[in-house]
Amino acid sequence: MVSAVKSTRRLEGSQAPRFAPGDRVDVQGRPVLGHCRTPWYVRGKQGVVVAVYGRFRDPERLAYHFPGLPAQVLYKVRFAQHEVWPNYAGAAKDHIEIDIYEHWLEPAR
Amino acid sequence: MHEDEHEHGHAAHAEHAHPPLQKDHDAGPMGPYEVLEEALRSLLIDKGILSAEQIAAAIDLMDSRTPQLGAKVVARAWVDPAFKKRLLKDTRAALLELDIDIGTIAEFATVENTPEVHNVIVCTLCSCYPKMLLGLPPAWYKSLAYRSRTVVDPRGVLREFGLELPGEVEVRVHDSTADLRYLVLPMRPKATRGWSEEALAGIVTRDCMIGTALPRVETKGGRPRARRAA
Repeated sequence: MVSAVKSTRRLEGSQAPRFAPGDRVDVQGRPVLGHCRTPWYVRGKQGVVVAVYGRFRDPERLAYHFPGLPAQVLYKVRFAQHEVWPNYAGAAKDHIEIDIYEHWLEPAR
Repeated sequence: MHEDEHEHGHAAHAEHAHPPLQKDHDAGPMGPYEVLEEALRSLLIDKGILSAEQIAAAIDLMDSRTPQLGAKVVARAWVDPAFKKRLLKDTRAALLELDIDIGTIAEFATVENTPEVHNVIVCTLCSCYPKMLLGLPPAWYKSLAYRSRTVVDPRGVLREFGLELPGEVEVRVHDSTADLRYLVLPMRPKATRGWSEEALAGIVTRDCMIGTALPRVETKGGRPRARRAA
């Protein structure tokens, strides 16, 4: 008895994503507090874009009752665990993937 | 360890004491969040923004979501390769095929375990969880220990769940801190050849879909048997 809900959380629009799968990116190291979805442990780290999820309202603004605009493209970024954690004890091939909004990403230097 | 206020032997204790009565969970004064919730709910109802019926219906909807729903999805993906493909490509649309509406709170993605990659889900920033598919998360999923340790030492955490993964399998952690919720699609055990979809769903536990366990087939007399749900 699903009432054919077609709405999604993604926003419409044609904003071209700045990055594409395969691009190497740096996560900015900004010391932002508040309702920020970029975990501290990955700030300043370098990863690879593995998926582009579309445009979403910016949670950092939404949390303070703003409309969350401009919308941000959300990416899935893959990081090598041994680069995120210098003392990582697992296998060299282990990875962690984190969803990161575009305004936190820069082309890898 | 409890300490008695007066002295008496164990025998006397056993004779006179009875187990402490379990308190109603709503006994005692309301906490600040309960007060806030009730005030907000009353206001929304008084102002005609929401009705009590709508709130009750939303609670019922949430309660109707259990890991069995996710298990049904996994079993379908195991028996129907075309569905699996659609599930991996567009989880929301594939779930609608099974009459599962995940609503508009979050988007969903499915990550597939393979002989090369084992996926495990965590949310380090809060406790984001695919509630609309698996129901409410287990308490440990929200614990600081699981949230902080899974990203740093996933193999150690999985070992504590009884899951020892060989070094040649990549462990891939997904920190779901944003607008996506993740479902792990476990590998179908080889011993389940010929099983019905329903029997398959019976071995897919909640933890299999978080990535902290693998579907297990209990064998009896050398023949695999589907584990019955309690």
